[in-house]
Formats: sequence, C-alpha cells, structure tokens
Amino acid sequence: MRKFWCGFFIFWPIAAVVYSAVSPQFNWWFPGPSVTELGQRIDNLFYLILIIVTAVFIGTQVALGYVLWRASHSKAERAWFTHGSHNLEVIWSVVPSVILLFLALYQMDVWALFRVQSFFPKEALNAPVAEVTARQFEWRIRYPGLDEHGVPKKLHLKPQPDDLYTVNDLHVPIGRPVMINLRSDDVQHSFFLPHLRIKQDAVPGQIIPIWFKPERQGNFDLACAELCGWGHYKMRAQLIVEREVEFQAYLQKLRADQNYDGHATPSAVAKKDE
Amino acid sequence: MSATGVALEHGHDHDHAHGAHGHHELSFVKKYVFSTDHKMIGMQFLFTTLLMMMVGGALALGVRWQVAFPWTSMPLFGPLFAESGGQISPEFYTMLFTMHATVMIFLVIIPVLAGAFGNFLIPLMIGADDMAFPVLNMLSYWFMIPAIACFGLSFYFGGAAAGWTAYPLLADIRAAAPSSGSAQTFWLLGVTFVGVSSMMGSVNYMTTIINMRAPGMTLFRMPLTIWAMLITAILQAFALPVLTAAGFMQVFDRLDFGGPLEGIHTVFFIPAGLVVNNADPTVGGGQPLLWQHLFWFYSHPAVYIMLLPAMGMVSDMLACMCRKPVFGYKPMVFSMSAIAGLGFIVWGHHMFISGMNPALGMTFMLSTIMIALPSAVKVFNWIGTIWGGRLQFNTVTLYCAAFISMFIVGGLSGIFMAAVPVDIYFHDTYMIVAHFHYVVFGTTLFGVFAGIQFWYPKMFGRKMNETLGKWHFFLSFIGFNGAFFPMHMLGIAGFPRRYADPYIHPYLEHLMPLNQFITVSAIIMGFGQFLLLYNFGTSWFLGEKAGRNPWGANGLEWSAPSPPGHGNFDVPPVCYRGPYEYSNPNNPDQDFWMQTDPPKSKKKPEGDAGHGH
Ligand code: HEM
Ligand SMILES: [Cu+2]
Ligand SMILES: [Cu+2]
Repeated sequence: MRKFWCGFFIFWPIAAVVYSAVSPQFNWWFPGPSVTELGQRIDNLFYLILIIVTAVFIGTQVALGYVLWRASHSKAERAWFTHGSHNLEVIWSVVPSVILLFLALYQMDVWALFRVQSFFPKEALNAPVAEVTARQFEWRIRYPGLDEHGVPKKLHLKPQPDDLYTVNDLHVPIGRPVMINLRSDDVQHSFFLPHLRIKQDAVPGQIIPIWFKPERQGNFDLACAELCGWGHYKMRAQLIVEREVEFQAYLQKLRADQNYDGHATPSAVAKKDE
Repeated sequence: MSATGVALEHGHDHDHAHGAHGHHELSFVKKYVFSTDHKMIGMQFLFTTLLMMMVGGALALGVRWQVAFPWTSMPLFGPLFAESGGQISPEFYTMLFTMHATVMIFLVIIPVLAGAFGNFLIPLMIGADDMAFPVLNMLSYWFMIPAIACFGLSFYFGGAAAGWTAYPLLADIRAAAPSSGSAQTFWLLGVTFVGVSSMMGSVNYMTTIINMRAPGMTLFRMPLTIWAMLITAILQAFALPVLTAAGFMQVFDRLDFGGPLEGIHTVFFIPAGLVVNNADPTVGGGQPLLWQHLFWFYSHPAVYIMLLPAMGMVSDMLACMCRKPVFGYKPMVFSMSAIAGLGFIVWGHHMFISGMNPALGMTFMLSTIMIALPSAVKVFNWIGTIWGGRLQFNTVTLYCAAFISMFIVGGLSGIFMAAVPVDIYFHDTYMIVAHFHYVVFGTTLFGVFAGIQFWYPKMFGRKMNETLGKWHFFLSFIGFNGAFFPMHMLGIAGFPRRYADPYIHPYLEHLMPLNQFITVSAIIMGFGQFLLLYNFGTSWFLGEKAGRNPWGANGLEWSAPSPPGHGNFDVPPVCYRGPYEYSNPNNPDQDFWMQTDPPKSKKKPEGDAGHGH
C-alpha cells in the first residue's frame, strides 16, 4: 500500500504535466496566435510565467513525492528530531521573493501600453474609430459620419445626426492602431476579444478607451466576459478586420443603407453591390 | 501520561467534570439544541455544513450538466424542471451558479472552518473549559439559521442570479434581472446574517485565545491551528464590517416600497441616466465600482478566512502523522501573519480590468505577487515536516499530502492571474474557476476531510473507518483533478465563466467534449461524498473505540476524555512544552511528548490504547 500511495502522489503530477504538454495538439489552448503584437507580448509573458511555474511545480511535487517515499519507508527507530533550519528558511524566502519581484516588475510596461492613456499611440488616441455601447444583450456600435470626401469625421461623445450605427458587428481597418470608446447603457459588461487577448469591462457612467493594432485579416469573436444577466452568454458579436479600402467601403455602405429612403437611386444600388 | 491514561476513561469523567463545575444534568433542549457547550455548537456547525455541502454539490452538478450537455434534460433532477421539458433555462442556470457559490462559501467553507473546527478545537487545544462567551457562541450558530432561511427565501423568489459577487448594477437594479426583485434582497440579508454569525464567533475566539489559555500555554506554545484561528478571527473582525455596510448600502439602493418610504431609495452604486430593460432612466450619481472595492475588501481577506484554519490544522496533523516536529514553527506563524497582513492590500487584483485607475493595477499586482511568498514558505515547511519523518499512509496522511499537492497548483495558478497583463486575458474565464477550486476545494476541503477523520475520535469516541476513508479520498481526488485540472486549459482557450451555452460562440465549439469529461469527473466526485456521509454516520456506532489519544498526539485536547464531558478536562491541564515534541530524544519512553506531561516523567504510559505504529 505504501508503494501504491507514493506512486499515486508521483503519478498525478506527471499526468498533469503530460496532459498540459499535449493540450495544444488537441486545441485546448489559445485560440490561435494573437492578432495584435501587444497580444503576442501578453502570450510571451504567459509563457515566461508558465516556464517558471512548471519548474516550481515539478520541483515541489518531486520533493513532496520524495519525502513521502522516504518517510513511509523509514527504517529508523525514530523520526528525525528537528525544529527546522534557519538557513533553509532564509534561502527559500529570499530566492522566491527575488523571482516574484522580477516577475511583477517585468509585467509593467505591457500593462501601461494596454491601459495607460499616455502610452497610447497618438494617432489612435486622437481619432477613435467607433464607440461600442454594451447593453442587455447586444453590442451597439456607432461610427462617426463621413464628410464630403467619404472620410470619417471626428467621433463626438454625444451622438451626431450623421453618425452610422450597427449592432454586433465591429469593423476595423488592419495595420494601424485603432481606438474604440467603450461604454454601457445598463449594467456592467466586458468587451472580450479572445483572439486579440483584449478584455475590458464596460462600466455605466464611464467611457473607457481601448486601443489595438490588428495585424491579421479575418473575423474574430467578440464576447461578453462580465455577468450581465440571464442572456450574458448570448452577447455574441464579431470583430471584422479588413483592409483600409474595404473598411472605407463598409462605412459608405453603412451610410447608404442608413440614408436609404425606400427609393433606390442607381448610385445607392451600385454602392450596395460593392 | 499517568494522569491521562485510559484508566480514567470510564465513569470518572462524567461526574468528575460535573462535580468540579457544579453543574446539574441538562435538559435535552439545553444539551443538544440550544447548547452553550462549544463542542455541541461545533458539531451543530459540522452537521449543518456537511448537509449544505451536499446541497451546494447538487447545485454544482446542475451547473456542470448544462455546460456539458446544454439544453438536455438532466437525469434525476430533470423532472424538477418539467415545465421546460426538463431543460435548465438560462435564467435558472444563472441562479444555479450564484446559489452554488453562495452555499459553498457562506454556508460550507467559512462556517466549517471557523464554526465547526474553531468551536470544537479552540477551548480543547488551549485547555479552557469553554469559550469566553458561551451564550454568544450559541447565538453565532443560531444566526446561521435565519441566514439559511433567507437564502431559502431567495430560492423561493426565483433565486438570486447576480453571481456570488453581486456586482451592481446587475444586482442593484430591479429591472436588470428577472429574479432580482426580492430574491436579491433576501440574498443580501442572508449574507448579513452569516456576517453576524461570523462576527460573534470572531469576538469569541479572540477573547478566548487571548485570555483563557491554560497555565503554561504561552503564545509560542500554541498549536498552529490556534494561531490560524486567532489570525482568522482578526481578519474577520477587521474585514467583515465593510461587507456588512456594503450589503446594507445595496439593500438601501434596492428598497423601493413606494409611498412615504420611497425616499430611502438610495443611489450609492447607481449612476444617472441608465435605461435598464426599458425601465425609467435612473437618477443619482453613484459609483458601481464602489461596491467592487467594498466587496473585495472583505472577500479577499475572506479567501484566507477560508484557508488559514485548514493550513493550521494540516500542520498539526502532518506533524503527528510524521512523528516529527513541524518544520519551522515560527516561520509558519510569521507567514500566516504575513498572508493576513498582505491580504488587506491585494483586493484590487479582482478588479484589474474593472475600469478602475490603471495605476492601481500595478500596485495591486505587486502586493498580490508578493503574497505568493508566504504561501511558498508554508509549502516548503510542510515538505520539510514530512522530510525525515516516519509516516503511515492512513486517510489523514493522504488528505494532508493531497492538501499540499493541490495548494501548490492553486498557488501557482494565482501567479498567472496576479500578473496584470496576463490577467487581461484570464479574468472571468475558467482559469479563475480552476484557480479557486484548487485552493478552496482541493486545499481547504481536503484539509477539512483530514480534520474530520483526525478529530472524529475526540468528537465521538470512535474512529472512522479507514477503508471507506481511503475510498472516499481516492474518488474525491480523482474526481477533483479530473474536473478541475482541465479547466486550466479551458481558461487558456478563453472559455468565459458563467455562460449558459458557450457553444454559440464559434471559438468555443470544439471544447464541448472536454467539458463533458469534466462533468463526468465532477459527478464521480459528487457521489463520492456519500461515502463520507456514510462513514461519518456509521462510525458513530460501528467505529473502533478510541481512547483519549488514539493517534499518539501531543495537543491538550488529547488529554481530555473522548468525547470530553461538560467542562472538557477531568484534570485541569497544565502546558509544559510546545505542541510538536514528537520523537524528542529527551523523552525516550515514547515518540510523542504531550504538552500536559510533566517534565522528567520517567513513567511508562499506562495502556495508552490505540496508539500504534
Ligand atoms: C498564491 C497566492 C494567490 C494569488 C497570487 C492569487 C491571485 C488571485 C487573483 C489575481 C485573482 C483574481 C483573478 C481574476 O478574477 O481575474 C484570484 C481570484 C480568486 N482567488 Fe486567488 N490567489 C491566491 C491564493 C488564493 C487562495 C489561498 C484562495 C482561497 C482559499 C484564493 C481564492 C480565490 C477566489 C475564490 C478567487 C475568485 C473570486 C471570484 O472571482 O469569484 N486565492 N486569485
Ligand atoms: Cu455579459
Ligand atoms: Cu483575492
């Protein structure tokens, strides 16, 4: 029985490590590489912690298995009488604290880039692409209207008559930093873009800017990550990253659709087909 | 040992204790219902929490069923939802996980540690005949009953459904959720009653531990269990008022009687101009984040309230099972104190992406990462305790070893989430769910299971069955890890928590089989708990009779009869040494040296039953 239980406490950490190691193959891992560079830096921080944590995990579990084995097979008349070791206590307090302190300080700049406005890219900060308003249970998106050259105007905090609206469908251009303003109409929600490693709560009464620089075209999931009621799970939306021209065309189509009064003009029909 | 041999066991303790304290025979009600005896109150807490554990477990299986097999009829419980064809509706699902967490945290983990073990062990371990305030102690149990009633009423009114964290505005505004009318208000009252109960316990424990220690029981001769209980009580005393105040603030925000009382309708957490579910726009100027600060100011220390006593108990049990002193007794005390102190300045790690000032994110990250340090020191010291010991793999040992092993996982996963940038991704995913189940279930509850097995002989005079205990351990351990380890992977895959049907999101579709595996494991673990109840119940009559000191342990409690009579000790205990003098070479007779044994006693123990190794 001793052998069985010692084996038991050795076996499970091995199983855990093996299971974790094969997980990426089974797709039980990140939903693909991050679409933004900042997201990749977050992934790198994750992997750094993962390496340290795995080493500590293996080290402590092996130590535990070993002392269990030794103690349960002890032939000594008596256990080793000791109240501890001052030197060991010092070592195992100082070494982890250095590692932990390093870990903490090493995280700071990615966080600052993600969240502290003075670190935001200026071009994004000055021209938010859209305002995203969460409400039970959908995402409302408001783009600024377009000027006579078809160029988006400045996004005002208050809705403007020529603003463009959609629901659950956020388009952004690829390759340049974009910023959105996040708000909520009713309760808290959370703007979660798993493929971009972005998450930010939407808080009633606050306007929270979020920036990102998508580097890959495609459709990505947008989900809600803060409990907002019974329909929390179904706040499903998508983020569409497209080339600048496609994005401009999309805005123009939005405008055309919004201005459509039931009498199709040839130009509107043409715009629609783009 | 001479004073505490088995010879005294029979007959004496009863009249002795009563005679010594001048008590009369108590009526049934006084003895078993409105008892002021700390042991009876402890057992009342223990029965209540074990029962609640089964309720909470059933709720959890409902949650798990829905996540693994969405919208299918649940076996056994399906008929309860006959109107919806056996399906769990999303409203009901939201209520299920809210009430699961509520029951488990407020009615199981917190009261089982402080209420059950705290009550039973504190006077016995420090050599007191009861708590400092026995009536207050009785009330602290009886305030759990209105708490349970309020949670029951909450169920009746549809069930609170805003998560156990009850964030406004979802929890604050009646229009925000179908069941957030009276259900949420009763939920808040329930939490308040639990708070009153905890506070009464806390005051009592502090006073008792500080004032009523037996002669010779200096602070640094106290078992780590008592240190942990003292630190926990201090945490409660400082953190709880904040939650209670916040709870009343939310109640006032929710009060909406109309008529003259409408004026009460405050707006602590409600900003102006919100239109929730087409209700009238809100007026006011409150701050929803204020609740989160207040709530976590209590609830982060509370996670240590849910852990420290188990840490103390496991230290005691490990030392006894290894026949070896705790490695680094003082570092253990200091690290528990450090955890408690730091525990007050880390609450913001639950709010990294809540919209609070990002600069705070950095400071809270620093303090949170540093709190992993005392946790690590404790792990090293436990491993050091086993090192060089003489160990038997009985059920207690198994649970203690699992406790360490699981705490390593939970502590390490905490580091990912403490790192703010990484937490951007992991917050509110299954990574969090994995983390706190490893610490609260894998660690605390396993420690509790060990504690039940270990102190059962003191409670009932008989040992629990070892074979059943090992099977219970095996099923719990396999089921637990099968259920919760893969949740880390769900978290890495970005699987959000609290989703009634995650699979409508394309990036989560492929995770259904993994979730089914998790649910099957959870079912195994859930049904395994019946073994514990069965063992607990039958050992009462069938268990092997235990003497005073069946484990050969050192603590004062083992010098009292099993079970101790009213007033606890037949011989008023005097403490001569620290609690961990196992295998001390200065005591050649036996490999333990009870705290009550007078020094230089060269006498052989007289028939110390049950102590075998
Ligand atoms: C090594 C030390 C620990 C660290 C660094 C740590 C860190 C964290 C962090 C950063 C979070 C918030 C994650 C998020 O929501 O994004 C968290 C959540 C949590 N932790 Fe820990 N933790 C530690 C130990 C513990 C212990 C010992 C317990 C309980 C006994 C515990 C219980 C919880 C609970 C219950 C939650 C989730 C609450 C919720 O959102 O429902 N943690 N932990
Ligand atoms: Cu939501
Ligand atoms: Cu916390």
